[in-house]
Amino acid sequence: MSAMLLNKEKWPEFVGKLAGKKIVAPQADGDAMHFAPVAEGEAPALDYNNTRVPPKGALFPQTETMLKFQAGGEQVEEPVLDQETVVLGLRPCDARAMAIVEKLFKWDIDDPYYVRRRELTTLVGLACTEPGMNCFCPSVGGGPASTEGLDLLMVDLGENYLLEAVTEKGETLLTEIKELLEEADDDAGKEKDKLVAEAEQKIKRKVDTEGVPEGLPGLWEDPLWQKVSASCLGCGTCTYLCPTCHCFDIQDETEGFAARRCRMWDSCMFEEYTLHTSGHNPRPTRKERTRNRINHKYSYYVDKFDVIACVGCGRCTNLCPVNIDIIETLRQVNEAL
Amino acid sequence: MKTNTNPYIPYPATVEEAWYETGGERCIKTFKVVFDDEEVREEWTHLPGQCAMIGVLGVGESMISISCSPTEGKFLRFSIMLMGKVTRALHQLEPGDKMMVRGPYGNNFPVDEWQGKKILTIGGGIGQAPLRPIVEYVRAKQDKYDGLTMIYGARTSNDLCFKSEFEEMSKCDDLACHLTIDVEEEDWSHNVGFVPQMLLDLGPSPENTIAITCGPPIMIRFVLENLKKLGFEDDQIYTTLENRMKCGIGKCGRCNAGGMYVCKDGPVFNYAVLKEIPEAFA
Repeated sequence: MSAMLLNKEKWPEFVGKLAGKKIVAPQADGDAMHFAPVAEGEAPALDYNNTRVPPKGALFPQTETMLKFQAGGEQVEEPVLDQETVVLGLRPCDARAMAIVEKLFKWDIDDPYYVRRRELTTLVGLACTEPGMNCFCPSVGGGPASTEGLDLLMVDLGENYLLEAVTEKGETLLTEIKELLEEADDDAGKEKDKLVAEAEQKIKRKVDTEGVPEGLPGLWEDPLWQKVSASCLGCGTCTYLCPTCHCFDIQDETEGFAARRCRMWDSCMFEEYTLHTSGHNPRPTRKERTRNRINHKYSYYVDKFDVIACVGCGRCTNLCPVNIDIIETLRQVNEAL
Repeated sequence: MKTNTNPYIPYPATVEEAWYETGGERCIKTFKVVFDDEEVREEWTHLPGQCAMIGVLGVGESMISISCSPTEGKFLRFSIMLMGKVTRALHQLEPGDKMMVRGPYGNNFPVDEWQGKKILTIGGGIGQAPLRPIVEYVRAKQDKYDGLTMIYGARTSNDLCFKSEFEEMSKCDDLACHLTIDVEEEDWSHNVGFVPQMLLDLGPSPENTIAITCGPPIMIRFVLENLKKLGFEDDQIYTTLENRMKCGIGKCGRCNAGGMYVCKDGPVFNYAVLKEIPEAFA
């Protein structure tokens, strides 16, 4: 199916057509936006900049059950994952993050939970027309209408959304709602190009990544790590809210005899993350942890998977309680190189 | 039961034998375990240096090096120091009890590439556990190697693992087994002194030799220094690393040393590679 138009007034019907599937979309929660399930008859709140927490939880829940068993037993049961889900209106940077993280979850051995959820999920993106103040996606290989990681891209053209399928899954979704759609004409395409070009112009912040992946390990003992981590509280906000951060802890929980093994988001900014049982810690202070975080995103991940594990969403900078700014950190890295 | 498609599912294995290697607060207990399922038992293959995630359901899992060679039979051995929550639960297991095992994980010592060479292992304390499979592997195929020398030390004679085996080995002509303890003890007929010094004193020739070391970080540091003094090239030296781990399959993130995941890119590293990893000895 070629590019299609969906009139905004048809939202309730759109959601109705997907009955049976869980629809997750941005919703207002006080002054923040969050991805949450949309009930039938409700419209997603798509007039937004970006959510505070990225939608990574749709594929990688903050806490998820891996196995169920009886404490001290031998038989384990896997959770059944069969809920088809549509994530509606996620930003292209967050979808790109999912594509980037998928490389790790499929590296050599498939992570069955992540891979299964991705199979069950259709990602419907919403191109950015009003980037945020700390957005810098073009510096790290993205863009306001990037389709990487998406199944379908939507562009807000005012009265209508322009819908373009990216994958077969996206095509299937368009077929399911085809009665609601009209064929888009050339003008719609031109309007999209104009909006995207304008959005790119509105992105003011930039990072120079040239030579950074190769150069970073050479800055191991540079004083910059002490400097950029000096004000860090070690709260982990930067990593929890990062769409590419994928580290997790595994814990067993028991309640009576019923028990489960679950995994939950973890953060390399926490002391316990690398603490050995002996008490030794290979990353004993925030300096080493900050250095690891930047190296992991901008060097190690590039070595292994050929892509920077940062999509330029700006969340870590927007929400750091002590105003540590990743763009400024990378400027200092560049200065030291 | 069949081989699981979900790599996080552990297999039940029964403890056949269990004994204490050492005593004290951080005592070491060795377990010989056999997978309950025949298919799992038959399909399981590992090589010296590899590890397994072992644990108790409801408590958790720890990455433990497999301390036996596949040449010894269709069982696994783990020598575990009592350290934290999981190792405490494991230490409570007695013959007939179950432990849950998944793996094998990580790379291995390239023991087959080493054929035709002299093998020198240098271990300290619990660090002998990952070296023991090399010793057993080489002994099982000794006509393929040009000799085996073992240096092993601990604080006191009570802290030495696999003691009865070494006493047995000391009597063999085909291998040189050198034991040392840190301080003088009554009735101790072997060497007294630190492992790195003993290495220097013995002064093995680097010619056609592979040296493998594992032990406390401080010991490894001086062993590496002394191997260099003896003329060993970087690529003749191997060691094995450990870090906190959760998944064992390169997903959970935490075990990296620089850009290397110890669980997947390691735990075995050639020193020529290792010395380029900035965090390797952190």
